Amino acid sequence: MTVWADVVGQPVAVATLTQAVTNPATMTHAWLFTGPPGSGRSVAARAFAAALMCPDGGCGSCRECRTALDGSHADVDVVATEGLSIKVEEARDLVTLAAHRPSVGAWRVILVEDADRLTERAADALLKALEEPAPRTVWMLCAPSVEDVIITIRSRCRQVRLRTPSAQAVAELLQRRDGIEAPMAIYAARAAQSHVGLARRLARDEHARIRRHDTITLASRIRTVGDALGAASDLSTIATEEAAAAAAERDAAERTRLMELLGADPTARTQPPQIRSQLASLDKEQKDRAKRHSRDVIDRSLTDLMSVYRDALALRLAGGVPLINEDSRPLVASVADALSSERLLRAMDAIGTARERIGANVQPLLALEAMMLELRLG
Amino acid sequence: MAPALPSAYLISGPESVLAERALAHTVHEITVAEPDAEVVRMYAAAYAPGDLGVHASPSLFGGQKVLVVHDADEGSDELIRDLVEVLPAATAGDVRLVVLHKGGPRGKRATDALRAAGARVIDAPAMKSDKDKADFAAHEFRAGGRKATSGAVQALVEAVGRDVRELAAACQQLIADTTGVIDESVVLTYHGGKVEATGFRVADAAMTGDTGEALRLLRHAIAVGVDPVPIVAVLAGQLRQLVKVGSAGRGRSAELARELGMAPWQVDKARRLLSGWSAEALGRCISAVAAADAEVKGGGRDPVYAVERAILTITTEHGAS
Ligand SMILES: [Zn+2]
Repeated sequence: MTVWADVVGQPVAVATLTQAVTNPATMTHAWLFTGPPGSGRSVAARAFAAALMCPDGGCGSCRECRTALDGSHADVDVVATEGLSIKVEEARDLVTLAAHRPSVGAWRVILVEDADRLTERAADALLKALEEPAPRTVWMLCAPSVEDVIITIRSRCRQVRLRTPSAQAVAELLQRRDGIEAPMAIYAARAAQSHVGLARRLARDEHARIRRHDTITLASRIRTVGDALGAASDLSTIATEEAAAAAAERDAAERTRLMELLGADPTARTQPPQIRSQLASLDKEQKDRAKRHSRDVIDRSLTDLMSVYRDALALRLAGGVPLINEDSRPLVASVADALSSERLLRAMDAIGTARERIGANVQPLLALEAMMLELRLG
Repeated sequence: MAPALPSAYLISGPESVLAERALAHTVHEITVAEPDAEVVRMYAAAYAPGDLGVHASPSLFGGQKVLVVHDADEGSDELIRDLVEVLPAATAGDVRLVVLHKGGPRGKRATDALRAAGARVIDAPAMKSDKDKADFAAHEFRAGGRKATSGAVQALVEAVGRDVRELAAACQQLIADTTGVIDESVVLTYHGGKVEATGFRVADAAMTGDTGEALRLLRHAIAVGVDPVPIVAVLAGQLRQLVKVGSAGRGRSAELARELGMAPWQVDKARRLLSGWSAEALGRCISAVAAADAEVKGGGRDPVYAVERAILTITTEHGAS
């Protein structure tokens, strides 16, 4: 089983990358992995890093391969941001790191998982390192699409495009890698629209399946203005609660760790100014993270909701195609009966608008309310 | 030891203002009864296993100890274990325990044990709804020996109610700085310049269909540098309340208020306004306000015009159906 085994449904990308590993003439120092969420940008980049480190070009079982894949390799640095942006200070640290020769491996790999979150100043700081790379340093940047990356950066990278893998390919991965039974694997792969991480979660977590079901049934339940506002409030509350629950324990632990690190006395009624300012900036980071998480949860719910209308449209226009919500065919059929094709398109537009608005910082609840009003039946 | 005081206290709930008050009150109550008592504060984040036991053992000098444990809900397993272990010493009268727990499953073993041992439980529930905040403000004024009209409480919650701490401070300030009955005009003198207060006045004019007054207030606010973002937020909030109350049917205001997490005056106000509104019209207004929010947040070239247009939508929809 080579390092490429988990890079599902990406024959073109894998061919490009294996060639770069075996033929030095096709190797370059900066790569940009693009593809929709869940297509496995980071998985592909890690596999590439492993293949570069491995004496056998990516056997998948040696120490180099294993440590590169799980991110513990001394010469592979994975930058995964939890905040809304990657700041210039972090970028400068990376530039310093990039100038160093690899310590044990053949290459030093710097993998930035969310290159779309580089601030303009952070991107500027990276430019020089990308232009005049150290001889054994490889940059691997990941982003949903090239447009998400500042142009000066992307013009200096070779692009590797990942496509959405087929539901079948994702289901096979779930069966092989995670030992999930076939019917559950195919349900989860379809429902997650081939987003590998989400599919695994749906397959394993009953709570996630129930929540998805609750979300998609909204499509058949909203009739009055009051229903619409109630549904918007439900979606937004669930997202905020989920984000808070995910954060609570980790936030407290981070705070304790920071206090220890600073040698602060946690029993003091007031902290000295420099400690206060560090605590305040941690607090802000944690709030950003919670905000981002709750937006991500809402976005996921909107993808789920959108799938019902896509299915309903498919049913109206093309019968016989496999549905994303194959397991909820009666629900899809009832929506397809209730709304004309034009109304279905309008519903999809409304969901798209809500996502854009939330992305542009509109109050999520308000954006959802306006959307739900457009999703009323009748 | 004064027999009337309990040996253990549990201050339970997430609202930090209330929890701090309860703690201050408790410590005061104990130290008045026992002037020699020594108060030892411990924080979950800095707890070293065994600390509680060390402090609970009788001191050579015989002074009573009060052990205050903050953030028990963030406590390590050791802290929770030690709390449970030190409880018999408290019930035996060797020490007093005051435990603060914000909620959640962590540390439940200790809070259950405290309750079982007969600790005095003081709740510090989250203040989320405007009703909670209005009750709180009214209580503050009463406790300060002052009379406040319901209009004053309403105006204060609208102006500074977003942050409970700010609300508490505003109440204290009004109690300290004014004399006589606290009415709406007193509150507006102190807090009328707040963005939220402006937003509410704009919204009030818009929702009753008074185009001229709504636009005048808006332009004045913008001219003096008020940010349009919170004004849009208030418009959305007011429309939302109308829909909620309109969909909830009849029933008594007080019950409805509890059910919807609103203050009774808000329910009454919404009901008065609703006579000029249909659900459909409110829906169209909410869509318009959402579009305005998107433009204000950077999607449009002229954010002020975006808010004006939303206000015009509201005044036009008012009474149209
Ligand atoms: Zn290998």
